[in-house]
Order: sequence, then structure tokens, then C-alpha cells
Amino acid sequence: MPALARRLLYSQKLAPYLFVLPFVATLALFWIIPVARSIVMSTQEVMYGQTTSVGMDNYARLWNDGVFWTAMSNSARYMVLSLLLLIPIPMLLAAVVNSRIGSPRVKAFFKASMFVPALTSVVVAGLVFRLMFSESESAVMNQVVQVFGIGPVRWLREDLTGLAALLALAVWRWTGVNTMYFIAGMQSIPGEYYEAASLDGANRRQQFLRITVPNLRPTIVYVTTISVYGGLAMFLESFMLYGGNASPNNQGLTVVGYLYRKGVEQNDLGFASAVGIVLLVAVTAINLTQLTLAGTFRKENVR
Amino acid sequence: MSRIRTTASAATVAAVLAACLGCGGGSPGGGAGTSADADGATPMEMWIFGELHGVLYEQMADRWNELHPDRAIDLRLTVYPYQDMHNKLQLAANSGAGMPDLADIEVTKFANFVRGDDPPLMDLSAAAEPYREDVVEARLDLYSRGDAVYGYPTHVGAFVTFYNTELLEEAGIDYSTIVTWDDFAAAGAEYHAATGRAFGTANTDVFFVEPLVIAQHGGELFAEDGTVQVDSPEVVRSFEMMQDMVETGAIAPIPGSSPDDEEAYGSIARGDFAAIVYPAWYTSRFVDYMPDLAGKVAIAPAPVVAGSDTLTIGGGGTGTAVAAGSPVRDLAAEWLAFAKLSPEANVAVWEVLGFDPVNMAVWEDEEVTRDPDNQFNQYFTTNLFDVLNQVKDGIEHFESFGSPDLPAVNSRFGTVTLTEIYESGVPAREALEQAQRELKNELRQG
Repeated sequence: MPALARRLLYSQKLAPYLFVLPFVATLALFWIIPVARSIVMSTQEVMYGQTTSVGMDNYARLWNDGVFWTAMSNSARYMVLSLLLLIPIPMLLAAVVNSRIGSPRVKAFFKASMFVPALTSVVVAGLVFRLMFSESESAVMNQVVQVFGIGPVRWLREDLTGLAALLALAVWRWTGVNTMYFIAGMQSIPGEYYEAASLDGANRRQQFLRITVPNLRPTIVYVTTISVYGGLAMFLESFMLYGGNASPNNQGLTVVGYLYRKGVEQNDLGFASAVGIVLLVAVTAINLTQLTLAGTFRKENVR
Repeated sequence: MSRIRTTASAATVAAVLAACLGCGGGSPGGGAGTSADADGATPMEMWIFGELHGVLYEQMADRWNELHPDRAIDLRLTVYPYQDMHNKLQLAANSGAGMPDLADIEVTKFANFVRGDDPPLMDLSAAAEPYREDVVEARLDLYSRGDAVYGYPTHVGAFVTFYNTELLEEAGIDYSTIVTWDDFAAAGAEYHAATGRAFGTANTDVFFVEPLVIAQHGGELFAEDGTVQVDSPEVVRSFEMMQDMVETGAIAPIPGSSPDDEEAYGSIARGDFAAIVYPAWYTSRFVDYMPDLAGKVAIAPAPVVAGSDTLTIGGGGTGTAVAAGSPVRDLAAEWLAFAKLSPEANVAVWEVLGFDPVNMAVWEDEEVTRDPDNQFNQYFTTNLFDVLNQVKDGIEHFESFGSPDLPAVNSRFGTVTLTEIYESGVPAREALEQAQRELKNELRQG
């Protein structure tokens, strides 16, 4: 090794920077520069390589655009509902899998099969769900509800049933992944806590609520953070379910779908950049609030 | 860290970089490049979104090569789904790289490609010159800006009505008595009351039929100065008329949201709908996707608004364009004019695609139009050209279709306004006023 490289690598001052350099460089190249360019572009009108500055005009149009608010509220309610479904359910499933009851073989099979949906492509899953939730009488979901004397339901034409279909897709796909996170979190909780609790006479429910849940906090914070982002940035699921970016009354339009429509389908890249910046600000604000409330930024993480 | 490994990784990085530069650079906007094939034919990349159109282009490429062996072309077609193709084309045009030499562009998307001072499409007016006299001018206007023609039309797309005669006979309705929309509405309500099924279709994601009604009412979607005007009295009246028909059951929302959709083909073939008002090119959908209805479908003129001179308008359309940056643009333009505007091409447009060709001379050529071996003549109980010639003098140009702001209006109606009016029961006037407000804002006209 040449002397120069050795001196650099062993230098107390430089080495740390050298080691974080790959990360910083990647971040700059694939995140900071694109975001900065988007901010610039959001104040421009872009037309086949020619740009004209329009100031804050794109943001003003955005603010007054009803479709944007529809998209925003669609994304927001999807995000909130998917949090409400995709944290408690996987947590309970993880507790079941992690408990000492039941045959390990059955549980291993259960774990594996829960995880399979995450490995399938959203495109395929979306197409299958689209067929299942089709409005014809012979579609799977209509046959199911007909057992209860309802329907046929026009799933993807009505607002709430369309949302239900989207949430069903999300739950089917992500339950397994979140369950894995929670299992991993639970396995890091020392068994002594449970032993002590049962000696003190705590039942299983009390143990779950008083020991498992509090000790899972880092996992919960992590899952919440990625789910907030995932919920607000959801696009492909809706795109596949509705067979394109257009849905009746824009009921399946998400913020990213709106960005795509404006930028790619309608050739208004400046406006689309403004949408992207607003989404970035919204996700960051929600997650910073959430992380602050959860105490992630406190210096001493007291349990 | 051994030196060899460093060298190896440096080489890898260099290779990756070179690959990236390679994909970014290349001939600007060039699809296939200039290098000729081994047999001397010039390769040309073409993107299309309708598989059927490809059959026509391949046939016309073969014919061209027979006529001009010295300037033979090697047409390389790629078929993409509708939305995908336009998105890809848009991205290629914006980034200035990866444009095909030729592309089919649908009329509601066309305006996106001819905006700005430096559109990515080539002016094709020179190559069109030899054929211009025979071609319906209004259809060229659709793809023209100023004096420049940026695309060649495929068909006139005159609106007609397709009636399922079997179903109508069962219900005791004689379609030949239906002339005006009032007749249509009355027949529809009667049919619905008798059978419980829908008569006509209310299309919630394709904004086609309503422009016909608006044109018949003498309205447009834009004001004289070009700003959006979708709440004018004519437009409101048109939509109120359509909404009334939904209420009486004369028309109903169709599965798949428009007749031109896989779900819709199934439901029309099953007999859920008895009357489809759609552009003449819909003939091809019957023949290709609803073979069971052969011999049961009659073509008749589209209903009219009583007293209107406008009998029908051209609906939909595909403008075929040549990329301004293509290295083979001149040859491409010349071939394209031959493939789309020549009399020969227009006969093929009817025989292969079943569309109403833009070269009107073909409409009168009985050898072509009455050919008993023609699959379209065999399928339908009436002859398309009888109907077309009957309305020929009343085919008006709907100017709004050529507006640069059509994509925004089309998108708004196709996602929100039509659904509100036909499915959610929002009063037509209210839905249109809302659309007007939001479009003004969106188009910076507020």
C-alpha cells in the first residue's frame, strides 16, 4: 500500500470522513441533488428543455386545485387506516408466533406463508385483486358477499369499497413483513422479565400489555415511520387496482399518482415538482412530530 | 487492499460510467439510427398503441418497398399500452433522447406534443402536399398548429349508432325511426321499462359522445379567446339532456367505463346494452372482440339534436407523427404520407381496420365499399358507407378537439365530471361550474 494512502487511512482526523464518504456521496448524488433540482423546477414552467421561471405560481395553483386536495386526503386516510391495521394485527400475530404454545413446525410454516405476499410483485397482486374486486357477479369478492345476502357490489366504483379493496391489498401484502419486525423485536426482550412477571402472578394479557408492548417501542417507532412514508407515497397498488391512474371521481388517486399524472401524463413537470416538494415536506413534518413524541431524539432513552 | 483489486474496481466503475454515457448519448432523438440494413433498407422505429394499426403499417411498408425498392424501409413496430406509450413518448420528448422515428399519438394527447416554440415533432405539410386535395381538411386541422401539420389522421371517426337488432326486435323497437335524441331517449326509456336492461351507454371515462351533443347544440368547450368555457348554456343543456336519459334508464353506465374496454365488450356481447353511439371505427371492435354478435348489429346515423345542422362530428383519432430529431425524418415523412393519405392507404384503412377513411373518394367507390367479401360488410346488417354518405354533408369539425388545453379538459371530464353527472347524481350545472372553476385555475386562466 502506498505511503500516502496509508497516511490518509490512519489519520485520526481524516479517516472518519473517508469512511462516511461513500454514504454522503450517494446521498448527495441520489437525494440532495435531485431534491434541490426539484425545488428549482417547482418554480419553473418546463417545456421540452426550455424553462421559464414562474415564481410561486405552481404552488398557488396547487393550493387552489381541488384534485390535489382529493389526492392528499386519499393518501392521508389510506396512511392512517393502514397504520391502524398494520401495527396491531401484526403485533398480535407476532405474539402468537413468539409464544411457547403450539408446534414450532406449524409456526414456522405460518411465518413463511405470511411472508410470501411480500415477495410477490405488486403488479401481479394488483391485477389479481382487480379481478377479485371486479363488479361482475361472478367475481370472487361478490360471490363472498352474496353468501351474506349482499351485492353484487361495484367495488371499484364506490369510494369506501374501493378504499376497502386497497386496504385489503395492503394488509395482505404487508402483514407478514411487519410481523417479522415484531417477532425480531420480541425476541430481543429478555425472558427474565416474563419469568419475573409470572412469578408475581401476571397473566398473559398483562404480560403482553406491560412487558411486550413497552419493550417493543423501538420497533413500533420504526414500523410507524416507514408506514407513514409508505402510506403517503403509495401509488403502484392503486395504479394496478384501478387499471391505470384514472379512477371514478379520483377516488383512488394518491399524491404520487397526482404527481405522475401532472408530470408524466400531462407534461407539466414544474407543477409536478411542486407536488413532490409538498409531499416531501408533509412526510418529513409528520415523521419528525411522530419521532419527537416517541422520544427518539431524547439523549437518554430511558425505558 | 491489493493493487489488482483496485485496478479491477476502477475498470468496473469505468465500464459502468461508459454504459451510462452510452445510454444517455447516442444520436439525439434518433430511434434506429441511419445505418442501413444489410439489404439496404433504412430501419425505422415506430411506436403504436393499437395493435390493429400495426397490421396496416406493415402492409403499407411492404407496398412501399415494392414501389420504391431503392428507398426501402425496414419498419420496426413496437406496440405499447395506450397510456404507457404516451408517457414514454412524453418522457423521451422532454429528455431529448430515445424518441422513436415515428409514433401514433392519440388526439386527446396530441396537444401535449405540439406546445412550446420547439415541439419535438416534425412539420409534415410538405410531404402531405400531393394528397391534400382528397383528404378531409378538418382532420388535418386537428393535428396542425398554424401552417404546420404535425400529424396525419387515420380516420374521420364520424359518430354512428350500432343497434343490436335482435334485442330491439324482441322489445318491439324499430331503430330506423330513431332520428333525434328525443326519439333515442323515448325508445331507451321504453326498452328499459320493457326489459329492465339498459338501452344506451353512459361513458364515465371517455369524453366522446358529449362533445357530439355539444356540437349539435352549437357549443364548444372553449370560448372565442381560447380560454376554457365548459359551463356555457350549450354545454349545460347537453349534459342535462344526457343526465335526464340516465334518470329514465335510457342510458346507463357501462362496465369498464366506456364501450372501448374489455369489460364492456363482454357486457355488450352478452346483450346488456342495445345501442352504442360511438365513432365509426368502433366497427373493428365488434368484429374483433364480439364475434358472437355477427349478423345482429345494424349501423345507423347517430341521433341528432332536433333542428341542428350538425349531424355528426369526427370523434377520437390518432395522429401519426415523425420525430423532429429523427435522422431519417425525410424518408419517414414521405413514407408516412403514403401510408396514411394515399388512396391506396385509405382503402386499406377500411379493409384492414374497418375505419372510415379520411380520403373521401373511397367513400364513393362502390367496388370497395360494397365488397361482399369484406369482413365488416359481412358482420353488419347495414353498410357503413350508406350511413356515412347519408350524413356526409353534416360532418362538422369540433374545434375544441384542436385546442392546446384539450388534454386538461379531457382528463377532468374523464376522471371526475362524467362520473359526478352519471353516477353520483350531481346536477349537471353544478358539476360543470365546479369543473370550470378548477380548470381555470389549472390552466392559469383564473
